Amino acid sequence: MEGYIVSLIIFTCIFALFSLGLNLQWGLTGLINFGHVAFMAVGSYVVVILTLPGYLKEIPTQLLDEFNWMQETPWVAAGLQSLATILPQQIPLIGAVLIGACTAAGLGVLAGVATLKLRTDYLAIVTVGLSEILRSIALNEEWLTKGTFGIQRFPLPLSTLNPNVIMRMGMIVVLTIVLGLALWHQWQWAKRTMRSASAQALLRSSSLLLGYLGSLLGVVVMVGWGSQQLKASAAISNGVTGAFLIGAIALLIGLYRWVWLTWMSSLPALTEGTALITSITVTGLSLWLYGYGSSAIYHYDRNPTKTGLMWISVLLVALTFWALQRLSNSPWGRVLKAIREDETVATALGKNVFWYKLQSLMLGGAIAGMAGALYAWQLTTVYPDNFRPIETFNAWTIVVLGGAGSNVGTLIGAIIFWAYQTLTRFILGDVIPLNDAQIGAFRVMLIGLLLMGLMIWRPQGILGNKEELTLDR
Amino acid sequence: MIDKPTSQHPPENDALASASVESPHHMPAADSLDPATALLSAAGLSKHFGGIKAVQQASIHVPHGSITGLIGPNGAGKTTLFNLLCNFLTPNEGTVTFDGDVIHMRQPHEIAQLGMVRTFQVARVLSKLSVLDNMLLGAQQQSGETFWNVWFRANRVRHEEQHLRDRAIDILESVGLAPMAHAYAGALSGGQRKLLEIARALMVKPKLVLLDEPAAGVNPTLIQQMCEYIRTWNAHGTTFLIIEHNMDVVMSLCDRVWVLAEGKNLAVGTPHDIQTNPQVLNVYLGIDNEPKS
Repeated sequence: MEGYIVSLIIFTCIFALFSLGLNLQWGLTGLINFGHVAFMAVGSYVVVILTLPGYLKEIPTQLLDEFNWMQETPWVAAGLQSLATILPQQIPLIGAVLIGACTAAGLGVLAGVATLKLRTDYLAIVTVGLSEILRSIALNEEWLTKGTFGIQRFPLPLSTLNPNVIMRMGMIVVLTIVLGLALWHQWQWAKRTMRSASAQALLRSSSLLLGYLGSLLGVVVMVGWGSQQLKASAAISNGVTGAFLIGAIALLIGLYRWVWLTWMSSLPALTEGTALITSITVTGLSLWLYGYGSSAIYHYDRNPTKTGLMWISVLLVALTFWALQRLSNSPWGRVLKAIREDETVATALGKNVFWYKLQSLMLGGAIAGMAGALYAWQLTTVYPDNFRPIETFNAWTIVVLGGAGSNVGTLIGAIIFWAYQTLTRFILGDVIPLNDAQIGAFRVMLIGLLLMGLMIWRPQGILGNKEELTLDR
Repeated sequence: MIDKPTSQHPPENDALASASVESPHHMPAADSLDPATALLSAAGLSKHFGGIKAVQQASIHVPHGSITGLIGPNGAGKTTLFNLLCNFLTPNEGTVTFDGDVIHMRQPHEIAQLGMVRTFQVARVLSKLSVLDNMLLGAQQQSGETFWNVWFRANRVRHEEQHLRDRAIDILESVGLAPMAHAYAGALSGGQRKLLEIARALMVKPKLVLLDEPAAGVNPTLIQQMCEYIRTWNAHGTTFLIIEHNMDVVMSLCDRVWVLAEGKNLAVGTPHDIQTNPQVLNVYLGIDNEPKS
């Protein structure tokens, strides 16, 4: 369990980081980037190529083997051979990550110069193409990427570390500080939100809300349990189980929606109650995860690679989040928002729109590049197939779910996305009368369905601002 | 007394002549109409869209400290001329000089940075930003608009932001929008949006503001106020070039009016001249007042 939770935290952090980059580009600047995974791929490959001992040195030789004309042209051959002697065996991890992020930013410049003069929808198409071109290159240029064989056994961060008690305590303290700051901000927000309600109304609305959500959870678990029993018993056909499940879900949605519309939605101090319940849930959940995380660090030698990676990931997400939050609320962020709203106005007010868009692409790309490094370390192998367009759309799901333009929303979106991935992986197979291949497809369908529901009932996402959507231009 | 620009007679010479003859008390000095000393000076501007010649050989000169009007019937090419002046559209021919710089090859944002700001015919406020943020966006050379400064020079950025906030609130107060400072700009009424757009242009600390129909769709009371504001800002040294259909506004505000018809200069003169100019009446009302030869 602990190992699984640690791995889950890492995945959540990777996708949070990846999506934060996209949120900067799309949520803040309005650039429709459907090729975000390209930045991640570049980050992954650069880090891996630079850190695998001896790999970088071999590239010139590989090139000579690959292309005959290089061997036949004396000055190219000589140049490559001397390059092989100059190139270092490997580069320290931190340096490699920085170079990887810079290369991803460079890709942003390349993509930007080529496409930013295009209107938004064309940019979207070009970026999809870009990410697929990059994947094809990774697939075919074996001298650089080993193609479908992939690259393995590259060094992982902190994996050879054998920290003594003091170091481990230090790592836990850092984690505690991050969590403390996050919860402090959460409760500051809750306090601000709840200020407008009287204690009595708050108590009433929050307890009713707790009852509503708690009973919903209970009934859902019961339906799931019932379905599981039906599926397990050989006497009952899958059709009956399916009918039971669909009927029960339809009934539940109808009932709870009716209750919501009749009593809950008109409750005084509902927003405040929601804030309270949310804060309590977030606190409970994060403390639970923190327990596993700190226990994993305390028993560092049980699983040194994952534990070290988890610590780094959490730290990197926290730092990036903080940096982006500053940016979003700064004059710089204001210019990006203005460009998102109306480029012409930004130009008329003396802002160099092209340069700001380029900065946004570069910075978002660099963040995705760092996410790529973490991704490579988490998977411990790098294949071109890790970077299919679906990863881009997962990031889009996360950003849309959380609310475009909101960094906090993006973090929450990442957490919900991975909670969904995990829960459905373990539970759905037992509950729904489908075979494993069907379940896999069904999970993706369900995400589509959830997104459709979100677009209909809460188009602004979880933390988005409804008021902003309804404003005319 | 009526100017009729032709290719042999550039309009500014006639304008010069008429100004020196009339020179009412509020008129700028005659030499300020000289293109060499004008704040903004465009000569021989042309713009073609395919076969359509939207603007042909148009010229305009805006003296320092003046309020200059630009009128003409619908489709005369006034807004296109504005776009050419700010280089939102690149002219096919002609030159634009602003405050000693030749600007028709510059990027539009550079032109704004030089101190020449425009507004739009349909007010373009950034709806999803607050009124205050709309205003702050107008300020030039903010150190906080460079992203590393946000991280590494946080104090300077905060200090500057506070200063700009004060200035923005001052301007908003002067136009009566201060109570709305923290509302979304999208929540403003049409007239308030026009005001916000002008106020935002002033945040640039411009030398010249180009207003495209500031009074269009604005109620009469607000129009009066708007004229007052423009006069006040003009008295503080901002030059204005105004496209306007509302003749009362043009007549009460402008020192000098340029008339454009079918993309060409038709006339230039004091508001009084223009009002009695038979050619202008002709293009506006279709009355043929020209003496038959």
